[in-house]
Amino acid sequence: MSWYDVLFYFFAAVAVFSAVGVVFSRNIVHAAFYLMFTLFSVAALYVLLSADFIAVTQILLYVGGILVLIVFGVMLTSRVYDVAVKESLLSVLPAAIVVGVIAGTLVWIFATTKWPQTNMAPYEETAKPIGSLLMTQFVLPFELASVLLLAALVGAVVIARREKVQKGVE
Amino acid sequence: MHVGLNHFLILSAILFSLGLFGVVTRKNTIMVLMGIELILNSANINFIAFSRFGSFGLTGQVIAIFVIILAAAEAAILLAIVLNIYQQLNTVNVDEIDKLKN
Repeated sequence: MSWYDVLFYFFAAVAVFSAVGVVFSRNIVHAAFYLMFTLFSVAALYVLLSADFIAVTQILLYVGGILVLIVFGVMLTSRVYDVAVKESLLSVLPAAIVVGVIAGTLVWIFATTKWPQTNMAPYEETAKPIGSLLMTQFVLPFELASVLLLAALVGAVVIARREKVQKGVE
Repeated sequence: MHVGLNHFLILSAILFSLGLFGVVTRKNTIMVLMGIELILNSANINFIAFSRFGSFGLTGQVIAIFVIILAAAEAAILLAIVLNIYQQLNTVNVDEIDKLKN
């Protein structure tokens, strides 16, 4: 086993175990921290796939942005120090059966299909080519994504502050 | 066995199934959001693995960036909605939010 394999299995194990923690943890705050570990190890897997720019984006946006938003949501909507944070699961058995069937099918497809593969190119830095791709071939989706993000964030502010706005109008 | 494309694909399948299980079984809306984030991450692993091992150049990585952008927008919107629901109904459990039923 090369170092590459060792690192892959290590980070894959961390990702899967903390994902199990996210799904089965009774405490929402614990689940949020497990999610942080999963996101970090997925970023490490991106590095193993020589996607350095995506890895940094993952850490900045997911761990630094989305996870903080989630923790804010937890803090604002549940009494964290109460037992109210603990929660039961809905319809575990049917869900386990269905998800087990889906997982088995996916793994079977992934394991048995002969994917067309090229030889792995040596590592090159990706930030510059991704930047030029975003400005040439993908410029329309890029602009759409920025407009969408702006609209979503403005909408989020409006939805979250609706009471204040109505009082101001009246 | 040398780590190749299949290893990444199977890892992403496992993460996807765990995320789906979380979405289906969790009561708390924020936990459902965490399951969705797991699913989006597994999709991203697939995109980047194919971009690495296939012959698609960097297209997969660009799409992964768009997925991350969508995840950020979705998390912001969902948290705004959750805060509103919490103010109105004083709960964020998906099985108790059934005002439209009656």
